[in-house]
Amino acid sequence: MYNAGKIILGLLFFVGLVTFPFWYNAGRAAVPPELVLPEKEKECVEPAQFMRAKHMELIDQWRNEVVRKGNRIYVGFNGKKYDMSLQNTCMGCHKEKEKFCDRCHNYVAVAPNCWSCHIEPKEMR
Amino acid sequence: MKPSRRGFLKIAGVSVLGAGVKPLVDALAGAETQKISRDPKAKVGRRWAMVVDLKKPCPEGCRDCIEACHSIHNVPSMPNPKDEVKWIWTETFPHAFPGQDHEFLDESLKRHPVIVMCNHCENPPCVRVCPTKATFKREDGIVMMDYHRCIGCRFCMAGCPFGARSLNWRDPRPFIKKTNREFPTRTRGVVEKCNFCEERLARGLMPACVEACKERVLAFGDLEDAESDVRRLLRLRTAIRRKPQLGTGPQVYYLV
Repeated sequence: MYNAGKIILGLLFFVGLVTFPFWYNAGRAAVPPELVLPEKEKECVEPAQFMRAKHMELIDQWRNEVVRKGNRIYVGFNGKKYDMSLQNTCMGCHKEKEKFCDRCHNYVAVAPNCWSCHIEPKEMR
Repeated sequence: MKPSRRGFLKIAGVSVLGAGVKPLVDALAGAETQKISRDPKAKVGRRWAMVVDLKKPCPEGCRDCIEACHSIHNVPSMPNPKDEVKWIWTETFPHAFPGQDHEFLDESLKRHPVIVMCNHCENPPCVRVCPTKATFKREDGIVMMDYHRCIGCRFCMAGCPFGARSLNWRDPRPFIKKTNREFPTRTRGVVEKCNFCEERLARGLMPACVEACKERVLAFGDLEDAESDVRRLLRLRTAIRRKPQLGTGPQVYYLV
C-alpha cells in the first residue's frame, strides 16, 4: 500500500471526528427535562404513559375527527367527556407551554408548528 | 417429519377459522370508536344554506355581521388593501350580480350594499382544483378548509368565481384587533374563507353573522328540511343567486 501511514492516520482521525459526540458525552447521562404539570387536574384524557408516547397521534386523530368529520367529543379513559381541542382543552390545563410542551420538544429537538395558528396560552397573561 | 395430507388439512381449517376471528374482534373493538362522537347539542343539517333579504334595508354604515364574523374568527384587518382578508363583506348590486343590473333597476336595490360571502356551492370549483384536499365539501354541504393541509397554492382562489377566498400574504397575527382565544388564527401562506360557522353549529349555535344582524336580513337553515326558515322564505319570495349560469350551485340565496 502506498502512503499507508498517512492513510491509516487519516482514517483514524476521520473516525475520531465522526464519533466525537459519542466519546465526548460518554459517561454523562443527559438530564431529562422536568415538566411542570397542571395543579388542578390530576388526570389527562388518557393515562400518562399513553400520553407520553402517543400524544402526537392522539392530537392528529383529534384534528382529523374535528376538521373532517365534525366530531368534537372525546370520552377519556376515566369516562369524562372532553372537547377535542388543542387550544382550549389541552392548553386549558397545561397553561404553561414553555414549562411543558417546549421543555420536552427542545430536549428531543422537534419543532411542531402548532403555534403558528393555534394560540398559546402565554399570550393570555 | 413429512406433513401428512390429514395434518395439512387440519392446519388449513384452523387458519380459516382464525381468519374469521378478525371481523369478530373488529366488531367488539367497535366500542372503542364510541370514544369519539358528535356533541348532542350540535345542529345537524343535510344541506345548509343562507338566505339574504335584499328588500330589508341594512342601516347606513352597519357592519354588525362583518364585525361579528371577523372578530370571532380572528380575521385580520390588513392596512394594505392588496393583502385584504375577508370572510363576509359587501358589494354593490352590479358587482354582486353582474349582468343582472340595468338602467331602470329599483333604486333601493341599486343603492343597497349586498352582503356576500362564500356560497358553499353544491359543485364547488375550489374543491375540484385543490391539490392537497385541504378544501373539501362536508356531507351537510359546508365547503370547509383544513388549514393544516393548505399549501397556499391559490388554485382555489383562481377557481372561485365569487372572490370568496383570501390568501394570507403576511403573518395575520399583528393585524388582528382583538384575538378570540377560543379560535385559532391562520398563518402566512394559507388561504382562508367563510366556514358557515361550522364550529358554532357543532355547539348548537347559529352562524355569528345571522345572530349579529338586528334587522334580521340573514336567515340560515337546512334546505332539506321543508319546515326550516330558509325553505319558508324561498317558498314565499323570489330568490336569485350569484352567477348561477356558471353551474356551481351557490347555496346563498338573495330575496328580491
